[in-house]
Amino acid sequence: MRKHLILLFVLLALLVFTARLVQLQLLRDEVNLGDDPSIRAQRLYPGRGHMFDRHGNLLVANQPAYDLMFIPQNIKNLDTLMLLELAEIDKQTLIDRIEKGWVYSPRLPSVLVSKMSKESYAKLQEKLWQFEGFFIQKVNLREYKTDAGAHVLGYISEVNDYEVSTNPQYISGEIIGRTGIERQYEEILRGQRGVRYLQKDRFNRDLGSYKQGAYDTIPVAGADLTLTLDKELQEYGERLMRGKRGGIVAIEPKTGEILSIISGPTYTPNLLVGRDRSKNYNELYYDSIAKPTWDRSLLAQPSPGSPFKILNALAALQEGVITPENYVVCQNGFFVGKHKRGCHCGGGVRDLRLGVAKSCNAYFADTYRKIFSKYRKPGDGIDAWEKHIKSFGLGEFLGYDLPSGQPGRVPNRAYYDNVYGKDRWAPSFIISNAIGQGEVAATPIQLANMTAAIANKGYYFTPHVVKAIHGVPVKDPQFTQRKNTTIDAKHFGPVIQAMADVYSPEGTARGILVPGISIAGKTGTVENFTRINGVRTQLTDHSVFIAFAPVEDPKIALAVYIEHGYYGARYAGHIASLMIEKYLKDSITRTDLETRMLTKTLDREYAKPISGAPFRINEYAW
Amino acid sequence: MLGNARIKRIDWLIVGIYLFLVLAGWLNIYAASSPAEPGSPFDWSAVYGKQLVFIGISLVMIWLLFLLETRWIERFSSIAYILSLVLLAGLFVAGKTISGATSWYGLGFFNFQPSELAKITAALALGKYLSDVQIDMKRSLTQWSVILIILLPALLVIPQPDPGSALIYFTLIFVLFREGFPLTFLWVGMYGILLFIATLKWGALWASSGVLLLGTLLFYQAKKRFKWRMPMALLILVLSVAGSFSVNYIYEEVFEQRHRDRFSLWLDLEKDPDVLKKINKTIGYNAYQSEKTIESGGFWGKGFLEGSRTKGNFVPEQHTDYIFSTIGEEWGFVGSFSVILAFSVLLIRLWQRAEAQTNKFNRIYGYGVISILGFHYIINIGMVLGLLPTIGIPLPLISYGGSGMLFFTLLLFLFVKLDSNRLSEWD
Repeated sequence: MRKHLILLFVLLALLVFTARLVQLQLLRDEVNLGDDPSIRAQRLYPGRGHMFDRHGNLLVANQPAYDLMFIPQNIKNLDTLMLLELAEIDKQTLIDRIEKGWVYSPRLPSVLVSKMSKESYAKLQEKLWQFEGFFIQKVNLREYKTDAGAHVLGYISEVNDYEVSTNPQYISGEIIGRTGIERQYEEILRGQRGVRYLQKDRFNRDLGSYKQGAYDTIPVAGADLTLTLDKELQEYGERLMRGKRGGIVAIEPKTGEILSIISGPTYTPNLLVGRDRSKNYNELYYDSIAKPTWDRSLLAQPSPGSPFKILNALAALQEGVITPENYVVCQNGFFVGKHKRGCHCGGGVRDLRLGVAKSCNAYFADTYRKIFSKYRKPGDGIDAWEKHIKSFGLGEFLGYDLPSGQPGRVPNRAYYDNVYGKDRWAPSFIISNAIGQGEVAATPIQLANMTAAIANKGYYFTPHVVKAIHGVPVKDPQFTQRKNTTIDAKHFGPVIQAMADVYSPEGTARGILVPGISIAGKTGTVENFTRINGVRTQLTDHSVFIAFAPVEDPKIALAVYIEHGYYGARYAGHIASLMIEKYLKDSITRTDLETRMLTKTLDREYAKPISGAPFRINEYAW
Repeated sequence: MLGNARIKRIDWLIVGIYLFLVLAGWLNIYAASSPAEPGSPFDWSAVYGKQLVFIGISLVMIWLLFLLETRWIERFSSIAYILSLVLLAGLFVAGKTISGATSWYGLGFFNFQPSELAKITAALALGKYLSDVQIDMKRSLTQWSVILIILLPALLVIPQPDPGSALIYFTLIFVLFREGFPLTFLWVGMYGILLFIATLKWGALWASSGVLLLGTLLFYQAKKRFKWRMPMALLILVLSVAGSFSVNYIYEEVFEQRHRDRFSLWLDLEKDPDVLKKINKTIGYNAYQSEKTIESGGFWGKGFLEGSRTKGNFVPEQHTDYIFSTIGEEWGFVGSFSVILAFSVLLIRLWQRAEAQTNKFNRIYGYGVISILGFHYIINIGMVLGLLPTIGIPLPLISYGGSGMLFFTLLLFLFVKLDSNRLSEWD
């Protein structure tokens, strides 16, 4: 016993220590590099992909910006005056930020001035050596080579706390595409991040690469995007929209490529880059009257107005309830029961051609009724009608490659059953749909797509803004497979002819003919209402226009929607004709018209409902 | 010089393990103290450079030791013992204070710590006293004498203050148990420690109730054996209960706050969040980091000079008391287990050799070596692994420290020398 006492202790210690080592080193959870406080995973960011327009013009690139950083502990012999001048900040800011840095950590870098321009950096860089404890850190910002396209291109910003908590790919401080293409193609533009592992000490200071970079990965640059947008047309459209609210969407009918997509009012994309970003953003975001951040081309859902008559005509032709030759006598209006509804076409005999060209309400009210009279129940009629209308991409999300949108509205049997009770309604209840008023609603991009489908005589390609990724054309069947409408091609001939005659001396767009280009179009004048202090008040009509050209071989189809622009030809028609001329001819012959459209604003019109004073609507005065 | 026959009688296993531990120690001191980019190992201003010098001096010292005639060792034991007592006492006059303890004599190039020398001389003195043929361990005079031999240097060391070293002297009591010292002391001592811990952890009431219950059970289990000792058993029980209730007084009044902190961390006693926070930032931080650092090594370790936590200086005092955490991180389970195994084999081998001695002095000194070395090893590894409270004691032969290096070498090789000469003191 006495002899073996010490042996006992030694063996006991061996046993206990071994057990403890097994517990610590062998039974541990799998440790990964990121969990070790002595190793810092530093993410390496590749350059974000560039964006080019359809002709290869650079739209969006990257530019370096410079953050002036400091390590509080290392600041020595600071020449405050010179720093204030070079860093372009005031004394109080300097004091506050350095104090904040001390609070954050005396040993780790904090930002003194973020996103300095190249020019400021150049000045500062020469003298930086005099400022001990300060250094420059390069960051990448977006650089826009155009002042147009803010809505469609979108912007980038730092991820917020919610995104960090829900998306493990992002950590605080990283950049994410916030709207538009930047958001839709985030993963492609972002590229692949790399990781560099750094050895740290217990004060969190970097000591250098961990294991000579054995675990590091190299970042892969984001892919460049070739957009379907036409830079010149986009810029021109935005110039035309200055001072106006609304949207323009132009599509190449043969491919569904969006040539330009404009929302007014808009802003220069460069406003959301750099040091003044948050100030500018707040100004835009809190403008609750003009709403410059609200993309009207995708989100506004007004009634389509008269352009919708084209679809009603096509639906009636397909249903076989009218022929192009059938006519209606317009008596400066039409009767719904005992009530007469007005028409502006001047009255007289209206067949399909004149009905469209003169936008006769009586003709289309009759045509709409005829669709229903084919069926025993109004519900069956509206089912047939809905099927035709929806096949043009209305009433549902279109499925284009932009992150925001609205479905618009095509009212159906369930809708009216819900309003009036099952089968307790008649076509006369919903006759407004005949002329594109009432319950029908569509976004400008849906109208443009509808126009493209008419131009193609019965089919369309889902509109899209990206043509090629990294030089490889997009092969997504969503955008390359054609979507057929329910209307046979043979019915389009007379309708397109009628749309061309809108520009004829009898038509509603007679004054805005573009010499040398054959255009098929349709005007629209959309009644609209708002509430002012709880009173339903009518405002000046929206000006709407759809068109495609040339008629024989359509290269552009577009929809123009101008809020409170009054009748269709007044603003929308002019703008549409200028856009078509610009795209097809590349130069404008009617310079006086151009000047008028570029300089005229609707500010006076927009001020009316918020002025608080009584006002008149639909004034002819320019 | 050394003859062929004597070289053969040297225990090469002990020497081999010694060299292994010294080498392992130096490599890990180099890893723990070099910056991110390792410097030259011969940088004499760096700690690893200094350690290299002391390893060299140690090797020279071993050679000199083997030139010495063995009988001198025994003969000068008493004088060496008295001399070291004088040196300890001299500290009160001419001592040099380093980090709060007046335990050193400043000798310019290096600081000499007499308490370490006194550990050796106390072991030698014990051997000298107990190897006398007339000694009878059963006599209380003898018992008191040996306790005095151990107690004297301890009493001189405690007020320096250096309670860690003082503890080491008490381990010499294991030597006495081998030589017939009543085992009752062992049982009472262990019993007292257990009672102390139990009272701290569960409170006096539960601890004394437990003692009473256990005592009663034992009493009825072994009725016959204890019958004549009935009053004795009762006395122990009463003392236990009283002791248990006095623990709190000792803990609160005799212990200082820093001692209490260590116990409260170890036994998880502190409930006040503010105090707990403070403990976790100071000694708790060391303990936590050392555990995590060892854990991060895994089975194979991260490799020599690849320990990221070691490089980041996450563990304070890593080249001295916490050197084992470097081994754990860079060499993994394989390395740490090898070191523990090496210590175990060394201690067992020393025990074998001590038991093989015909000379009582040699055996007693051998037991002294085992006690001192073993205690350092158990307390240090236990602390680094988070099993024992934090007590600042280095890991023998591995931790950085020139004085310690010389002391442990001398301690060990005095025995190797004695062992190699066990057949003839005149070789």
